[in-house]
Amino acid sequence: MRALILSLALALTPLAPALAVQPDEVLPDPALEARARELSKVLRCPVCQAENIDESNAELSRDLRLLVRERLVEGDSDQEVLDFVVARYGEYVLFKPDASGTNLILWLAGPAMLLLGLGAAAVYLRGRKSAPEPTVAGLSEDERKRLAEILKE
Amino acid sequence: MIVELGHFALVLALAVAVLQTVVPLVGAHKRWATWMAVGEPAAVVQFLLVSFSFAALTYAFVTSDFSLSLVVMNSHTDKPMIYKISGVWGNHEGSLLLWVLILALFGACASWFGGNLPPTLRARVLAVQGSIGVAFLAFLLLTSNPFLRLAEPPLNGRDLNPLLQDPGLALHPPFLYLGYVGLSMAFSFAVAALIEGRVDAAWGRWVRPWTLAAWVFLTIGIALGSWWAYYELGWGGFWFWDPVENASFMPWLIAAALLHSAIVVEKREALKSWTILLAIVAFGFSLIGTFIVRSGVITSVHAFANDPERGIFILLILAFFMGGALTLYAARAKAMEAKGVFGIVSRESALVVNNILLAVACFVVFIGTIWPLVAELLWDRKLSVGAPFFNAAFSPFMVALAMLMPFGALIPWKRAQIGRGMAPLWPVLALSVAFGALIFAMQTGRSAVGPVAAALGLWVVLGAGVDLWSRTGRGTIGNRLSRLTRLPRADWGKATAHSGMGITLFAAAAMHAWQAEDIRVAQIGETFAFHGYEVTLNAVEEVEGPNYISTMATMTLAANGREIAVLQPEKRVYPVQAMPTTEAAIDYGFTRDVYLVIGDEQENGGWAVRSYFKPFANWLWIGSGLMALGGLFSLSDRRYRIAAGATRTRAMAQPAE
Repeated sequence: MRALILSLALALTPLAPALAVQPDEVLPDPALEARARELSKVLRCPVCQAENIDESNAELSRDLRLLVRERLVEGDSDQEVLDFVVARYGEYVLFKPDASGTNLILWLAGPAMLLLGLGAAAVYLRGRKSAPEPTVAGLSEDERKRLAEILKE
Repeated sequence: MIVELGHFALVLALAVAVLQTVVPLVGAHKRWATWMAVGEPAAVVQFLLVSFSFAALTYAFVTSDFSLSLVVMNSHTDKPMIYKISGVWGNHEGSLLLWVLILALFGACASWFGGNLPPTLRARVLAVQGSIGVAFLAFLLLTSNPFLRLAEPPLNGRDLNPLLQDPGLALHPPFLYLGYVGLSMAFSFAVAALIEGRVDAAWGRWVRPWTLAAWVFLTIGIALGSWWAYYELGWGGFWFWDPVENASFMPWLIAAALLHSAIVVEKREALKSWTILLAIVAFGFSLIGTFIVRSGVITSVHAFANDPERGIFILLILAFFMGGALTLYAARAKAMEAKGVFGIVSRESALVVNNILLAVACFVVFIGTIWPLVAELLWDRKLSVGAPFFNAAFSPFMVALAMLMPFGALIPWKRAQIGRGMAPLWPVLALSVAFGALIFAMQTGRSAVGPVAAALGLWVVLGAGVDLWSRTGRGTIGNRLSRLTRLPRADWGKATAHSGMGITLFAAAAMHAWQAEDIRVAQIGETFAFHGYEVTLNAVEEVEGPNYISTMATMTLAANGREIAVLQPEKRVYPVQAMPTTEAAIDYGFTRDVYLVIGDEQENGGWAVRSYFKPFANWLWIGSGLMALGGLFSLSDRRYRIAAGATRTRAMAQPAE
């Protein structure tokens, strides 16, 4: 299977650096192609630095794009395609990590922090609301000295 | 010779920085006026020395002095002059020298414009600023010396990475660094205030212009980088949530929060310890950003200097400054008790919510950026966090911010009522929702992202207008119009920056929701239809540039048979670095860009051609530009003028308004 894709890819890949999605990769069915593009955007190119396979020029990305399209043509759902790719290349290729296991921390960190922040703010604001109004005469000795200095100048 | 002098000046600058750190700090502690006064000349001298050193390196680049290893690695005699100059900071060593130069510049500015600061605070600010200088000068000299000579100079250099040979990217790093490093001033002020043990309204007023300036520079720097990515990388993406982009975005978010909380300190003497914490953390994120970029610990497109030794050094700097500042904070923060009293619904509370949203949004970006590292270290899981995560986890915070912004900006200080605050906003809200609904009805069968963003953007922009108008008080329209022109610049700055935020938000969502794309093989002479336009591939030819060879296509863009533009997308190869780049050709328009890219020649004839329809692309840069402009307006408000020291007596005669 993989050998087939590889030979297919080698036959199709031009020698010059390719530029992301090539015209010959595009599926005839626009709905299927649109799904392929969306899936390509959440898959990371395994040999590039921080590019998805849709934007990447690497040969491996092209292989992956062809693989995604092949699975879609065979009738896989989006999730099945992703599972298929992850099973071969590991979860490293997913740009949107699964919200499972330890990754829950990643996904819940924002909302948890927001609740914490709002809670702390509520306590603070209640404190501010009931705090005694400071009197104008409430200047410290230092402040009074500085005020005098400023006024002298 | 000049190169050696440059190196020597750098060593001297380190010595001066040590002096600038120790003497004023001791002086301020012992109240010795003469010792305290050392800070100012030292800061200026340090700046002059680093400037000389930077000029020496620039000279070596301009004259293509290939006895310098850095010049060999990053320059070439055929390179256009502007890129010989920008090549100075297009590499690790040079960009750090720029970092240090800007750091010294801010220190010198503090000494030039800090005339109205109390002497002890001024001395301490300069000392802290000096200590950052010590750390980075040592880092530069010990691990990244830009002045290393080669025993056998080659005949020519290896050229600059062709992606970096671009006017947008020539300017991107200096602006970004002005922003990053500008936050060091907020940090110095915060640490100095902690040492002093007092934070008052005046402190809020002093720290705000520096933060504002840093934030404006960061905004411009980020926008330039995003614009560069848009036209240079060849598919019109403008934001990738790349770790290095995040590194610049995190300080921006915190600086935005700091700007707003400093207002509360200044006007109401509340949120003091929180503001101090933000000032420390903002610079912390600048250091983390430097660490991410310079160490390559989280590999990304930008990491042109992967070196663990440098990474550890920066980590030590980070640990020292953050550890030190936060320890000091823990010891002293209790002393900063708030004075202002305000209700649950008030401008103060609105700004607290603004701060929570910005800080948590920054936290989300932070955890997303470091998560791959954490997962690998702790659980040996190799995973990636990219755009789809950030779009889902970060965007809600910006949406919430935009929803609350017009209301929060309008309600009065101390005590407000929801009903009263909303009164002038109801028509605006109704109009925005109706506008969104209209757009939703017009675009059948697409996601609601576009219409929602349009409604939100309009709400924010009109809300900013209502805010400005309400500042003119009561009276006839004519009276209010004339009052409008006399409003303080800070009011105009606020309205401008807020509407810029609304426009940027809308443009980013519009790009996501409404862009169209076409990939095909076109024969020479072929015309194809694309999103209401006709595109013709007229010719493809080889063209030779100064230091590259280009495959240039000539294409015609037409609508309804009328020609709109002739576009020439290119594909370049830079032989020295053997690296190809794409140069998209863009027809810029007010409501859309048409973006054409030429691909490879196909085996069976014809060329791969990519066409993109980018709705409201320009609005992204217009929006960011407005945010920066708003910052500049506020900065020029006489109440915040950095140069207040120049008009010292006048400024002193009218204290805290």
